[in-house]
Amino acid sequence: MSEIRYESPKTLKAAVALLAGASGQARVLAGGTDLLIQMRAGRVSPGLLVDVKGIAEMTAIVAEKGGFRFGAAATCMELVEHAAFAQAWPGVTDAVKLIGSVQVKGRASVGGNLCNASPAADSVPALIAAGALARIVGPRGKRDVNVEDIPTGPGKTSLAEGELVASFFLPRRPARSGDAYLRFTPRTEMDIAVVGAGVNLTLDAKGVCKQARVSLGAVAERALLVPEAAAALIGSKVDEAALQRLAAAVSAACRPIADKRGTIEFRIEVAGVLARRAAGIALERARGNS
Amino acid sequence: MDAKVIKPEAEGRDDNALKIVGTSPVRPDGVPKVTGLARYGADFALPGMLWGAILRSPHAHARIRAIDTSKAGSLTGVKAVITSADFPEQKYEFVGPERVAINFWHMTRNVMAREKVLYEGHAVAAVAATSKAIAEAALRLIEVDYEPLPHVIDVDAAMQPDAPLLFEDMITRGVEPPPKNASNISKRTELNLGDVDAGFAAADEIVEMSFKTAPVHQGYIEPHACLARFDAKGQGEIWAASQGHFVVRAFTARLLNMNIGDVLVHPAEIGGGFGGKTVIYVEPLAAALSRKCGHPVKIMMSREDVFKSTGPTSGSSMTVKIGARKDGTLVAADGLFKFQAGAFPGSPVMNATMCGFAPYNIPNVRSVGYDVVCNRPKSAAYRAPGSPISAFAVESVMDALAAKLGMDPLKFRLMNACKTGTPTAWGPKHAHDGYAETVKALLAHPAYAAPLGKNQGRGFASGFWFNNGGESSATVHVNEDGTVVVATGSMDIGGSRASMAIMAAETLGIAYDDVRAIVADTASIGYTHVTGGSRVTFATGIAVVEACRKVIAELCARAAMIWKLEPGEVIWENGCARPADAAAGKLEPMPLKAIAAKRALTGGPIGAEASVNAGGAAPGFATELCDVEVDPETGGVKILRFIVAQDVGRAIHRSYVEGQMEGGAVQGIGWALNEEYIYDDAGRLLNAGFLDYRIPVASDLPMIETVLVEVPNPNHPYGAKGVGEVNIVPAMAAVANAINNAIGRRLTELPMSPPKVLAAIHSGQK
Repeated sequence: MSEIRYESPKTLKAAVALLAGASGQARVLAGGTDLLIQMRAGRVSPGLLVDVKGIAEMTAIVAEKGGFRFGAAATCMELVEHAAFAQAWPGVTDAVKLIGSVQVKGRASVGGNLCNASPAADSVPALIAAGALARIVGPRGKRDVNVEDIPTGPGKTSLAEGELVASFFLPRRPARSGDAYLRFTPRTEMDIAVVGAGVNLTLDAKGVCKQARVSLGAVAERALLVPEAAAALIGSKVDEAALQRLAAAVSAACRPIADKRGTIEFRIEVAGVLARRAAGIALERARGNS
Repeated sequence: MDAKVIKPEAEGRDDNALKIVGTSPVRPDGVPKVTGLARYGADFALPGMLWGAILRSPHAHARIRAIDTSKAGSLTGVKAVITSADFPEQKYEFVGPERVAINFWHMTRNVMAREKVLYEGHAVAAVAATSKAIAEAALRLIEVDYEPLPHVIDVDAAMQPDAPLLFEDMITRGVEPPPKNASNISKRTELNLGDVDAGFAAADEIVEMSFKTAPVHQGYIEPHACLARFDAKGQGEIWAASQGHFVVRAFTARLLNMNIGDVLVHPAEIGGGFGGKTVIYVEPLAAALSRKCGHPVKIMMSREDVFKSTGPTSGSSMTVKIGARKDGTLVAADGLFKFQAGAFPGSPVMNATMCGFAPYNIPNVRSVGYDVVCNRPKSAAYRAPGSPISAFAVESVMDALAAKLGMDPLKFRLMNACKTGTPTAWGPKHAHDGYAETVKALLAHPAYAAPLGKNQGRGFASGFWFNNGGESSATVHVNEDGTVVVATGSMDIGGSRASMAIMAAETLGIAYDDVRAIVADTASIGYTHVTGGSRVTFATGIAVVEACRKVIAELCARAAMIWKLEPGEVIWENGCARPADAAAGKLEPMPLKAIAAKRALTGGPIGAEASVNAGGAAPGFATELCDVEVDPETGGVKILRFIVAQDVGRAIHRSYVEGQMEGGAVQGIGWALNEEYIYDDAGRLLNAGFLDYRIPVASDLPMIETVLVEVPNPNHPYGAKGVGEVNIVPAMAAVANAINNAIGRRLTELPMSPPKVLAAIHSGQK
């Protein structure tokens, strides 16, 4: 019967001090929709829980440099109900909407979704495709890191001892930009991605794709950024041929495992299908944002 | 006393004469359930209560060399530790009807492993402690010395001669002469009608296919939970959610070597059962712990416990062959059904062999079943146990045969439909109509000929289920204000309190709201068999109506006394006593309420009990239509439309009948598309939770459409037939036939999950 110390600091500095000073295993608690379940199942037994929901910077959603900064512990429901955010980043919003039920989203956070480091996390490929930066705060101060550089494998991140993800920054969007995220699940809801694909692209005035980012979930040990897939779109009008090249590049980048949620062949094939479909949705959205 | 009673439900059964039967009043247990006041198995507590916890096997198959509980027993806060040594040995014998035979030697080993653990999650010890945390900590102190053994999961593998044996001395029953060697095959059954070989020789077209189905869990939302206590006189009391508290009483008393009268079981509200709560798991353990330490003990399973250690229905491997003449007349059918029983014998394979071909008039039938043990949790009943499994095979073959004959699949079924007098493979002739009517209902439905779009397909399938009658008890008491209490021994799992109140109100001629229906504990009412086999509305309904008739006779006698008439001179009509003969005087009809008010002056409380062993249950038939759309690039299957046409006899509570039909279809769709147990190489279950054991969610489904076909059962006062089960029977085949129609490939293995569907599509492209 182990004892658990629970703290709810009001500042980032206090949170970092608690995490860095912990003698045993310390965990950041936001919504707890992953952590509490893992604790009940006996998979983790932290001695210290640092509840970050009382830290203003970690729960706010604010405009910054024409883009958005949102706290890592802001709830998914707050994010999906933020009209301006949803308008600017429909793909990220679609991904966040897929995390659990409405009730779960009322507790769960994007920061938790990232730091839980499941390869199948829905918001992560969408954030990577969006070019999101994570602000990491730790004993040595703060740093901004690309989201794709944070998860390193199932349950593992690049965060150092005492560090936490405080917020995310999504940059100002150029005109004619659109993003989309699709996942495959056997059920329509309350499920975990067998494959996830996020696409973010920007068109020039002639409708030619000038920027693109493509990210995949659940086809490797972590969410992947796939530059080869983006290259298939850049310079094209995102026509059928480009989409076929995209699908091929995506399938080539997959290195999935076979598990209870899907086979290797299925994941590789469907990743290409979803990336193609997501690119089609992103294209429509970009055309609508001229 | 032989009062003349006018029965509103009497012969002729004019629907217009029925006032309450067939309506949809609010269930009496509805508000407590939605407001959280209803008490389920886990909601009971007593002063001094301890928490029980169960140590479960990490191995799929292992010999138990020794169990050392001394450290756990000496942990502060631990009050009792039990193992199989705390339960008496049981005689090895199969008892009860063959289809559902029970062997207590197996049952005691299933609730607590003895010589061996036979599946991951098999209980090996249990503790009771002053807190949940202490109980959990105590489990970690129990030392079990296991000798791991090779295991077998799949039914075909378990039947191989070199398969690891769960029981080293088990000789297959039903084979003459008995085999010399032990095997995992517990039993072989065979049904024969006519001459199968001659039948196939006369066939113009024959289709033969093999199938595999996955075991699926009932998926009830409420995990098993109970509270047990013993008093100073050695009597035990149990609060538990089950589908039959009399069965919990009988099984628990037997496993604890107690008199049945020394066990009292209180029925808790139940959060779903679907057959899975007709057996016991935690009850004897909580009772044994309580008996050992003298404190009340509560045990609650987790969802993981439910998946790993309670019974799903069987997985199967089947081959079915059906032959027909060119004109579509069926001439022969041959079925081979191999079922996983789980760790102990007793799969529903015999039901499967009986039900599969039952909807059809086939002169020559052979149906062979094998009951096979393997290292999985022991199978338990699940909604029409066995029948949906064989129906998946038979109805897939019927669909393929219709296509081969160039016939419409519904018209093909209709021309071969069974009716009263059609022989069955197991002997007796069908005694009821109803099947053809379900087929006709879909033929007449607008959906039958509705156009389909790209990647879409339509499938049909039918099913049969016996439906049970059996033992039930009811009491009806008239309160002093004219309201009525109806008590039965039937656990209410599908709205039966509402149905009982409807039948009582209809019979007595009073308002539905004047009847309060309750479920009585095992000491307060006569024996009542489980809420299962779609038997309650039929059998317990008969008991309620009989008790009401006795009450009516008494009410008439009381009125006669008040009027100074002979009892035979008063009849009951529209909720009132009145003189049988208008010439008896100008007496105003006397309502139930007025008679109740004078009960003390006319002889005291008015009430009656009826206990029945109801025969004459009519079977259930259902035919279903499924429209799907298949994503050709992912193999995802979307159910666009699903229609259940079911013979319900007569709906007592209309919307709850519809609810049963919708629920059965949804469970069948889950079985068809996604539900399966996934094991690792060591025989450990990888998806013991609702995240990865995928029952459908609401957004996966269209509104299930229902067509109530009403061919009344003459053996029930209001014509009721069991409605709870047959709706699941055709569902998987209906989905499979629709997918075949959409993609031109027939899937023969459940679940038809996206990777399998996508692979089937690709196989068609090569």
